[in-house]
Amino acid sequence: MGVMKRVTTVFRAKVNKALDKAEDPREILDYSYQVQLEQLQKVRRGVADVATSRKRLELQVNQLNQQTGKLDRQARDSLAAGREDLAREALTRKAGLQSQLQDLQTQYETLQGEEEKLTQASQRLQAKVDAFRTRKETIKATYTAAEAQTRINEAFTGISEEMSDVGLAIQRAEDKTAQMQARAGALDELMASGALDDVVSGPHDDIQAELDRMGAGHGVDHELEQMKRELAQNAPRQLEGASPNGASAEASEATAEPAIEQAEAREPE
Amino acid sequence: MIVRILGEGQLEVPDSAIDELNELDRTLEQAVEGNDEDAFGSALAALLARIREVGSPVQADDLRPSDLIVPQADATMAEVRKLLTDDGLIPD
Repeated sequence: MGVMKRVTTVFRAKVNKALDKAEDPREILDYSYQVQLEQLQKVRRGVADVATSRKRLELQVNQLNQQTGKLDRQARDSLAAGREDLAREALTRKAGLQSQLQDLQTQYETLQGEEEKLTQASQRLQAKVDAFRTRKETIKATYTAAEAQTRINEAFTGISEEMSDVGLAIQRAEDKTAQMQARAGALDELMASGALDDVVSGPHDDIQAELDRMGAGHGVDHELEQMKRELAQNAPRQLEGASPNGASAEASEATAEPAIEQAEAREPE
Repeated sequence: MIVRILGEGQLEVPDSAIDELNELDRTLEQAVEGNDEDAFGSALAALLARIREVGSPVQADDLRPSDLIVPQADATMAEVRKLLTDDGLIPD
């Protein structure tokens, strides 16, 4: 017997067991409907659980993304400042985080897939439960116990199969989220313990500290330069009032390029 | 004929496709018996692809039971083995 037939037989056996227990098949309708509503609740909880795990992963992915972005900027800054050693260190750390990020991304996509599947399963079950409720009332109102048997059989088998399927889907999703929660928890702990902070951010971020030092040093030099330029510019400007010709001569010496602009500027003179 | 792909829902498949699907199913069964995970994966993928190709989705509010049930695409061989036993995967 093929795989399809064997799986079908196993599913069917479960349903028949439940049907055989009922003396009047109509009894089973209301009971089954209750079970269906409970199952619907379970699926909705399942969807919510998966969504929670997915959001948590999303948060971690964002954090890691920010950190890799920061390391990337640091590497650029380091290289611009001529510190290849620092740039190399930043890129090494970035590569380490990126492999972790890839792993998280894969997990995230898996969870997203599970969430989507469960949402659809929940919608399918909802539609079937609604149909079952209508069918149940018709059967109860219209048919004798004997007549009801075959009509109930079909509806009951159909919806039981759907519930078994949904039950399996929830189980699969739960297994997957449990695995991921364990890993997400481990990563959270790692972040909380500062082990990751040591590498990428926080008070022990030595790359940033070095860059800041260089940045601060550079800033002072830069400011000094600017002040010197300002002082030097102020001196000729004072002269400008006294002899404008001297100033324009100096300007044409300093910049040969804007000769046209100067020519235009001179015209009104 | 109605075929259920676990976790995906039901499809209406023309009876004319049964022989072909049974053939693909036999390959799947041989892979399970031979404990060949690679062959299992490709056999399951081939079976599901053909079912989707020839089948059309059944309305969600249709209460008809399936004539055949097929494991989901990402099922492992271990999962399918459990599906084949009464006290296996299927929750009560």
